[in-house]
Amino acid sequence: MALPSPEDLKAQIEAGVPGASVTVIQNGSPSAQHSLLLDAEHARAVAELLRDHDGWRLDYCSLVTGVDWPDTETSEKVKVKKMVKAADGTESEEEVEEVRKTKVAGYLEAVYHLFSMEKKHGPVVLRLRTADRGASVHLPSLTPVWRGAEFQEREAFDLYGIIFDGHPDLRRILMWEGFKDYPMRKDYVPPADEIPVVEVHR
Amino acid sequence: MANDLKELKIELSKNGIFTTTLEELYNWGRKNSVWPLTFGLACCAIEMIATTMARYDLARFGAEVFRPSPRQADLIIVSGTVTKKMAPQVVRLYNQMPEPKYVIAMGACAISGGPFRDGYNVLKGIDRYIPVDVHIPGCPPRPEALIHAFMTLQKKIDEQALTGAARPRHLQADLPSEFPVPEFGEHGLEPPQNNAVFHEAEGNPLKVIQ
Amino acid sequence: MRDALLDRDVYEPEEGEIMEVSMGPHHPSTHGVFRMDVKLEGERVVKLKPVFGYLHRNHEKIAEHGAYLSAIPYTDRLDYLCSMTNNWGYVLAVEKLAGIAVPERAEYLRVIVAELTRFQNHAGLIGFLLQDMGASGTPLMYAFREREKILDLFESLSGARMMCNYMRFGGLRVDATKEWLDEVRALVGRLPQFVDEYEALLRANEILLARTQGTGVLPRELAINTGVTGPMLRASGVNYDIRKVDHYGIYDRFTFKVPLGEHGDVYDRYMMRLLEMRETLKLLEQALHDIPEGPVMDPKVRLRGLRPKAGEAYGRIESPKGELGFFLISDGSGNPYRYRVRPPSMINLTILEDMCVGENIADTVIILGSVDIVLGEVDR
Repeated sequence: MALPSPEDLKAQIEAGVPGASVTVIQNGSPSAQHSLLLDAEHARAVAELLRDHDGWRLDYCSLVTGVDWPDTETSEKVKVKKMVKAADGTESEEEVEEVRKTKVAGYLEAVYHLFSMEKKHGPVVLRLRTADRGASVHLPSLTPVWRGAEFQEREAFDLYGIIFDGHPDLRRILMWEGFKDYPMRKDYVPPADEIPVVEVHR
Repeated sequence: MANDLKELKIELSKNGIFTTTLEELYNWGRKNSVWPLTFGLACCAIEMIATTMARYDLARFGAEVFRPSPRQADLIIVSGTVTKKMAPQVVRLYNQMPEPKYVIAMGACAISGGPFRDGYNVLKGIDRYIPVDVHIPGCPPRPEALIHAFMTLQKKIDEQALTGAARPRHLQADLPSEFPVPEFGEHGLEPPQNNAVFHEAEGNPLKVIQ
Repeated sequence: MRDALLDRDVYEPEEGEIMEVSMGPHHPSTHGVFRMDVKLEGERVVKLKPVFGYLHRNHEKIAEHGAYLSAIPYTDRLDYLCSMTNNWGYVLAVEKLAGIAVPERAEYLRVIVAELTRFQNHAGLIGFLLQDMGASGTPLMYAFREREKILDLFESLSGARMMCNYMRFGGLRVDATKEWLDEVRALVGRLPQFVDEYEALLRANEILLARTQGTGVLPRELAINTGVTGPMLRASGVNYDIRKVDHYGIYDRFTFKVPLGEHGDVYDRYMMRLLEMRETLKLLEQALHDIPEGPVMDPKVRLRGLRPKAGEAYGRIESPKGELGFFLISDGSGNPYRYRVRPPSMINLTILEDMCVGENIADTVIILGSVDIVLGEVDR
């Protein structure tokens, strides 16, 4: 049995794990490696289903990647009714156009690439997203399902700050224990004495 | 006067009498038996290993054995990128080496951080913490470049005087031979460099002129 | 007994004390700046924690700040013994991301340089493994003798011995001349004799057999679950070679076998490398025989200003160490938004503790040697 398409996979996972919500994220590049966004609560159960299902047997977790999506801002033009003061001091209500900016909260993401050594197919790409980049950065660890995720989840913790609940040994792996920053985040600023001073000579 | 002495030496040696100075003898012994420490950090280490193999053979220059223990080594060839996580270990190893000891900074990374200079974990040159005698540019430098650096070091040892103000460090009791080991801080190493050792060149190398 | 030892809680011995030894990061046989915190009961390992990061040069962040082209020289420095295969892994991922095709002759040349890389890597590994076992330098000298010949070929082709920076997305930087190909043919003609000589040196060596057979056994299911790849996986009996699974490049056109081990011990891992060296020579002969004329670079590819459409791709190859993969997320600009390397050496190290617990500390060194790690790849 070949690997089903992402939409079929979504349907079968939602049937197999009640309560799980799976979203198919399309991939714009020619590689056509579409991914499945899972909700954190049922991720572990979905992972076990993917690994143990007779037809898919995704027994090999090849890659775990941390990705940082910083906060962004969307701006839209809205028409608002406002009290406008005229030159002679009288106030009247007029319709004005103003730009309203809304902050879209960023998140941290863990991307899992799964293959099957038994059936020799893949990849199936899973995504887990945190709620924000500040206080709620917890995600379930998939190390109990695939031991191969152990060091890579530690690396995502070390460099991005994603906390994997249920990981047997979550501590820094590449940087030293007392290091306080999460260097791969997009807003990491190196220490002041390291930044070269750029003199522009025109 | 020096020329007459030289002529005299040659005349004497033609008659089977060998003369030398204590300084020459001392330096000749030292320079022809420099034993490096087995210390490879990254890619340059592989070129260092290739230099000790049969094709390039560093052993014929006196580096017969690479000692695994710093207590028995004369030379540390810092080959490869020194990261901030590794820097305290490098300084500790250097401190454990007995005098006289020498440092070759092999490769662009050991000299200044090299291609990885932008790194948050990369130390921008090992000369921030320990004094370096010979720098070899290259990424990685060819084995011939390492041999040339070795010969440069031998020349440097040959020219070291036994007396006088220009004596090497191991003959001056008041100069330190151990350097402070940096600590792991929260955002980097503390201190970021040892200012007694690290001499910024004229014009502040941290400035990038566009 | 072994399961109790693997329990991650504190282990109290029946008599005596636990001794904690930190092996590394400066150690003659840790293959680089790698550290193992080992807890010993006498000579037997009770717990082992690998510590690395001593060569973490944040390759990923540097690549995210530069263009797609400027990451290629940095990939040379990942697994610094095998720069050609590192290049291939990365350009394969970019080609998947941007949908770029590669000319025929370039595909053949890629196979030729990749298999030469695999040969010198395996020869070197056997040399290093035997040095760890006590054969100070002699097998390594033999391996480096052949490696120097291969490096000479790389230097005349790409300009550098080790950091070749040779492949580009869409092909190769420069074509190979007929003289170069003849030189390779001559070398490949002489190499089977070298492999025979190399094998004969050690095949019946008592110390090798006694120390490596039955040491550091890695069971099949554990290997799969831990994501182990490469010769280490195949030594445990799992038939998974990405050249055969993914059919990348033109590997489909060649006949070669995938050797498999039975016991998953150090001896099997050592034999994997020997057998793969022979298969590599078969591949080289076929590729050198069939290579066509033609261009080696697609002229329409924008090397300097590549801006792939927003999307992502994961490209992987069978490097000499295992599955080397590159995961790229593009946001439409000239720099990758996310650039991730799947380091086979680091993931193969996950299982080091399980293999070493219960063994003597001296055997820890040869088990580590048989994993075949290169710290440039482990730490990036």
